[in-house]
Amino acid sequence: MIHSLFLINHAGDIFLEKHWKSVISRSVCDYFFEAKEKAVEPENVPPVLQTPHHYLISIYRDKLFFLSVVQTEVPPLFVIEFLHRVADTIQDYFGECSESLINDNVVTVYELLEEMLDNGFPLATESNVLKEMIRPPTILRSVVNTLTGSSNVGDKLPTGQLSSIPWRRAGVKYTNNEAYFDVIEEIDAIVDKSGTTVFAEIQGVIEASVRLTGMPDLSMTFMNPSLLDDVSFHPCVRFKRWESERALSFIPPDGNFTLMNYHVSSQNLVTIPVYVKQNICFFETGPCGRLDITIGPKQTMGKTVEALMVTIHMPKAVLSANLTATQGNYRYDLATKVLVWDIGKLNPQKLPNLRGSLSLQSGAPKPEDNPSLNIDLKIQQVAISGLKVSRLEMNGEKYKPFKGVKYLTKAGNFQVRT
Amino acid sequence: MTAMQRLLLQLPVSAVNMVKTVQSQVQGQEEDKSPVLTPDGVHQAWYSALQPDELRHLRSGGSGGGGGGRGGGGGGGGGGDHEEHSSLEEGGGGGSIFQSQPLRHDDLKEMLDSNKDSLKLEAMKRIVAMIARGKNASDLFPAVVKNVACKNIEVKKLVYVYLVRYAEEQQDLALLSISTFQRGLKDPNQLIRASALRVLSSIRVTIIVPIMMLAIKEAASDMSPYVRKTAAHAIPKLYSLDPEQKDQLIEVIEKLLADKTTLVAGSVVMAFEEVCPERIELIHKNYRKLCNLLIDVEEWGQVVIINMLTRYARTQFLNPNMNESFLEEGSDKTFYGSDEDSDEEEEDKDKKAEAPMVKRKPYVMDPDHRLLLRNTKPLLQSRNAAVVMAVAQLYFHLAPKAEIGVIAKALVRLLRSHSEVQYVVLQNVATMSIKRRGMFEPYLKSFYIRSTDPTQIKILKLEVLTNLANETNISTILREFQTYIKSMDKDFVAATIQAIGRCATNIGEVRDTCLNGLVQLLSNRDELVVAESVVVIKKLLQMQPEKHSDIIKHMAKLTDNIQVPMARASILWLIGEYCEHVPKIAPDVLRKMAKSFTNEEDIVKLQIINLAAKLYLTNSKQTKLLTQYVLNLAKYDQNYDIRDRARFIRQLIVPTEKSGALSKYAKKLFLAIKPAPVLESPFKDRDHFQLGSLSHLLNAKAGGYQELPDWPEAAPDPCVRNVEVFTLLERVTTLTSVPEWTKCSSREKRKEKKVDKPFYSDSDGESGPTESADSESDSASGSESGSGLEESGSGSESEEMSESEQSSEEEVRKHERKNKLRKSVSESESDDEEESESESSQSESEDSESEAEVKKKKKAAETKPPPKPVKKECKKEKKEMSLLDLDDFEPTPSPQATPLNSFLSSSLVNDLEGLSLSDAVLSPAAISPCSALKSYELLHRITGEGLCVEYCFSRQPFPPDANMVSVQMQFTNNATSDTKNLHMEDVKLQSGMRVNEFTEIELLPAGEAASAVMGIDFCDSTQAANFQLCTHRRKFFVSIQPPVGELMRPVFLTENEFKKEQGQLMGMNEISEKLTLDVKCRNEHAIVQRVITAANLSRVPCGSDKECRFGGRTVTSGSLVLATVSSREDGAAQLTVNCEKMVIGTMLVKDILLALTQ
Repeated sequence: MIHSLFLINHAGDIFLEKHWKSVISRSVCDYFFEAKEKAVEPENVPPVLQTPHHYLISIYRDKLFFLSVVQTEVPPLFVIEFLHRVADTIQDYFGECSESLINDNVVTVYELLEEMLDNGFPLATESNVLKEMIRPPTILRSVVNTLTGSSNVGDKLPTGQLSSIPWRRAGVKYTNNEAYFDVIEEIDAIVDKSGTTVFAEIQGVIEASVRLTGMPDLSMTFMNPSLLDDVSFHPCVRFKRWESERALSFIPPDGNFTLMNYHVSSQNLVTIPVYVKQNICFFETGPCGRLDITIGPKQTMGKTVEALMVTIHMPKAVLSANLTATQGNYRYDLATKVLVWDIGKLNPQKLPNLRGSLSLQSGAPKPEDNPSLNIDLKIQQVAISGLKVSRLEMNGEKYKPFKGVKYLTKAGNFQVRT
Repeated sequence: MTAMQRLLLQLPVSAVNMVKTVQSQVQGQEEDKSPVLTPDGVHQAWYSALQPDELRHLRSGGSGGGGGGRGGGGGGGGGGDHEEHSSLEEGGGGGSIFQSQPLRHDDLKEMLDSNKDSLKLEAMKRIVAMIARGKNASDLFPAVVKNVACKNIEVKKLVYVYLVRYAEEQQDLALLSISTFQRGLKDPNQLIRASALRVLSSIRVTIIVPIMMLAIKEAASDMSPYVRKTAAHAIPKLYSLDPEQKDQLIEVIEKLLADKTTLVAGSVVMAFEEVCPERIELIHKNYRKLCNLLIDVEEWGQVVIINMLTRYARTQFLNPNMNESFLEEGSDKTFYGSDEDSDEEEEDKDKKAEAPMVKRKPYVMDPDHRLLLRNTKPLLQSRNAAVVMAVAQLYFHLAPKAEIGVIAKALVRLLRSHSEVQYVVLQNVATMSIKRRGMFEPYLKSFYIRSTDPTQIKILKLEVLTNLANETNISTILREFQTYIKSMDKDFVAATIQAIGRCATNIGEVRDTCLNGLVQLLSNRDELVVAESVVVIKKLLQMQPEKHSDIIKHMAKLTDNIQVPMARASILWLIGEYCEHVPKIAPDVLRKMAKSFTNEEDIVKLQIINLAAKLYLTNSKQTKLLTQYVLNLAKYDQNYDIRDRARFIRQLIVPTEKSGALSKYAKKLFLAIKPAPVLESPFKDRDHFQLGSLSHLLNAKAGGYQELPDWPEAAPDPCVRNVEVFTLLERVTTLTSVPEWTKCSSREKRKEKKVDKPFYSDSDGESGPTESADSESDSASGSESGSGLEESGSGSESEEMSESEQSSEEEVRKHERKNKLRKSVSESESDDEEESESESSQSESEDSESEAEVKKKKKAAETKPPPKPVKKECKKEKKEMSLLDLDDFEPTPSPQATPLNSFLSSSLVNDLEGLSLSDAVLSPAAISPCSALKSYELLHRITGEGLCVEYCFSRQPFPPDANMVSVQMQFTNNATSDTKNLHMEDVKLQSGMRVNEFTEIELLPAGEAASAVMGIDFCDSTQAANFQLCTHRRKFFVSIQPPVGELMRPVFLTENEFKKEQGQLMGMNEISEKLTLDVKCRNEHAIVQRVITAANLSRVPCGSDKECRFGGRTVTSGSLVLATVSSREDGAAQLTVNCEKMVIGTMLVKDILLALTQ
């Protein structure tokens, strides 16, 4: 299936290659580079390219391209999903997925890739299984290794790979047993010029951080499960229990993982926490324009809106911005033409405002269109859909774990058209 | 050594000689018989000797592998990198490099030759880092390969990595490592066996094909499913190395397809797809099993299996949508309809066969077709986008129209994922939305475009929005489009204008609105926008030109400003075509164009000529001169197309004496009414490719793509998927140990009764034969003998599986539920009866029977007043129960741990069991040992007031404590009320013994069953462990006493080790007994079977078939237990047990004796 993998940095250098079958020459990447040149933004490089003898399937993550070469028919999503899993694993192992970190740990990465695919077919992709075979490097371990001469490679078969719960490693032991869950909801919305909501929906995710001894069997129930419309689960969640009782029942993997993703049913009205009053205009005469933005709270469920930020992709013609912000600060990046206004906490008494003039390239035609505003915000301790976890129970182990649920609302793709 | 020598015979002479030399050298120098090269001198000589061969190989490899590359400069690639790379290409395998730079990597070689593992490791790390960066490290091959037998596991792993990378280039040297792997293949540790096979099969050296073949065959019947999985992975590797092995490989695939573990399923189907996707008939017998296993297979395997099953279903079932009108009721009804009584089922089949011919007959869905749809549906909830997509395409291609809707939600969810995922999903949604628009309509807004989307995503979303547009939503969509037109992304704007054009052509009501909107765009500042609008307007106007002369006039004015050639050409064509609508303007336009003719682009020039010709024909008075001027200009144009066109047109329109008959028809030729262009989606008809495939995405057949077959006209015989029940029964009976015999036969009868109900027998048989055919077939036979519940057939595989199945079917059968509840209750009751009949004493069974009778009545009364017993109703019930046996049965008391209570999965259990019986590794021909677990009663349900407890020794390691024997407890609550807080207390033990209690079962509802695992350290004695079993109401005194055979665990011994150990356990430690074998037990197979049933030992290979040897160690002290049975023709035999624990030895002799003579 997957024949080879090339890791390519932003500048277009191949800095790692791995072949699972016969070696394929690097020159196959030329087709990719050609396409990359053509597409101005890296996001616009087509994920699937056809060359005379190969197909190139690539993803762009963290400023790196993961380019895989396949020779025969294969579901493209299969490869794409796998490549993302590789990136996730690297991130999981080293904290982030960057060229320098991969270069520092090139042997570990190579070993990981060796274990993840066999002859191009995924073999072990569960982080718990991989970590039993190849331990992630830590400072402590490298010290111990040099002292005792032990290695980073596990010498026994990870039991997880054999069981029907491959996501959990066996023999987990902790002195503090903790299970924390973050319910994070994101508001995706498009608000039009007049302030009416064109489209809004809530997507949620439950991120778990579980450090429990043994083989705990957890079950989580919600106060209002009917809110959840469409769900997708980590493989550990039992479908059946969800279908019958709307309860999440699972034996968790060890460590951090995404328990479920959900979509809040569209019948429910989505509360939009802030409103935006904006006026951006470019004058026909003279190379300048005006910008005036005010943000105020709308429905915040009694909580403070934090980490408020407005991002505007300005038209190419905008040369500079001369603005004053009543709160927070703004910066305008000349190269990317992005204006970012970082507001911070929203004070309902004194609404933040940003106003001033924009200067345009002289001679350039007046921009046709006003740029839309992308809003970022956070509201702590509340899930905007109103979803609440009612109980979290543990079976199968005797000890009492620390349990905790945290709620957070964020803006996802929150866009205000102007 | 013998095995290796045998294999070496298959190598070409030169290679053998080489290996032999090495061996002799090695043997001379080192005691360790590993094929290690001598560190200096010798290998260098070999090395240079290899060169010609190597280079030849490289050349061939280069054309195959790097064929796609164009060699040249890497676009944005760093110069340095590229140089390095090209040197690599030229340098090739390293022979030349070696010569030119003999000193290169000397430090690494030195480190590799050192005695310190840490130095070796450091060197290997540096080498692997070189490989990862694409640098050539092939000259280190000899130095690296001799570390292949290194003790340090990390060094070893890295050596493997190196070997796999360079073996292809250094074939002859790579052969030196083969024996290491061959030895690894026989290792008792499954990890080592698997990794040896993995590396061996990854070495792409054609010479070792026979060795690989043999290794794969052996591994395919390995005890460990992990090793079998590795074997499945190795199949495509070998196939790509030597396609001539196909036939043999198919045999292996066939065998592995029958494997029932989830671990193997995905990998073997992948092998099937790569090696023999056309052999769809191999799937028949495994179809139902694959459907049922699917949910527990790992996600990647799920994708492959689902894609394959889609193809399979297309060849085996009828199109559910062929009779669209029947569909709505059809899909639901048929499901139940097809499960009608057996005779009706027969009729159904007839109907099905006739269906395509007599269209009016209602379509009846094959239950297997339904099974597939039902079992894949929950996977729409997978986190893996590829799985979701696979299910979506399965539904799109296979489901009745009314049911396809479910996939829309899941696909829309994927739009939140990474942009690459969005890209692929949107492509597929675009194709789907043409065929089945309704399904995505509710999600229209999810396809709205954000300014931050990448352009390619925007354009795909636009495509979907356009496909979804209809009379009701068009106004919303157009409003949305209006905002898009203002976007800064001009490619996107152009695409939007096209989309508006398509909406206008498809939906008559909005044509004028769209046209007006587009005309407004003509005054847009951006030329690209205007140009695109012109092109689209041209297409629209062609539909009804007479109404829109003002628009044409407006466009004519644009020729002054607009410069985009395509737009100019469009305008000119439009004016020429409809010149009678704009009689005054047209000649003027031609005049202007004639002026600028020489500066125009070619397409514009062609249209000027066209315009001139048309005007000449309609209005020759005004335009004659202009036309001639234009034609003259064109005559001397640089482009020969234009010159040709000019010449052709002149001949045609200007009447001369020479002009032929054609000029009469010039008007007809030029002014014929042209059909309006149809604006259609580029995704139209793309669904003849299987959705989700690469070929679909590219809209071109990719290599290895398997066509999605059309539905068959008439359904092939569904019986091919039946798995014969009789063979199963025979097997079960032969494999089950003797004391169970009677029970079995009674079950056999019961089964036979059911055989005539086709559906039932299917589901029953389906898991059965595969299980018993499988070497470690414990769960099926185990549960059969243990609980005697026939429903456990497939249920015993794991509770979770049947659970999920149940869920997916939930809606379908909700209204039937009550009925069934009662059913299954009575069913289980009757089972109990039979069980107690066979197991307990006469009087007791009478008791229980009557009790059960009473209870049955009670329950029936409780659950629901029985529906008026109309005859037909009764019948229906009967078959219903047979249909739903899989999921509806109250959780089956299988001896396997259920995932809820103990966390050993069935596959792990299987595997561990497999380990304990690892003899098959050595002798693939050996009979598959059966571990029919004998279960013992701990608490009878009469004494337990409805709570029935059985236990068996599951022969698995007890993970919390290796010195404990694992005891599997099976609780069945036959009472009418729930039992709570089931736990144990007050354990009374002999000194030294220890117990690891099972986890408390908090609730055991009435009629439910549960299982738990406890561990007991019996201290190698057969003393009973006494304890109290407590419920929330009562306490019961119970005790567990192990048969001596359960106090040991199997160990792996070779023949030599066995002899050596036996020699040390002579005298008092040896106990012999003469015996006469039971008549039924005179072959090797039966002897092994009975001994292994009696004691948890593993077989030790032995040259003679007159002698069977077994080995084990006691669980607590680890003392060796060796048993030998040597038999003679007449049935006389001698049993010898060697064990340093005499008590155990004596008791074991007794037990085995009993097993062999009875």
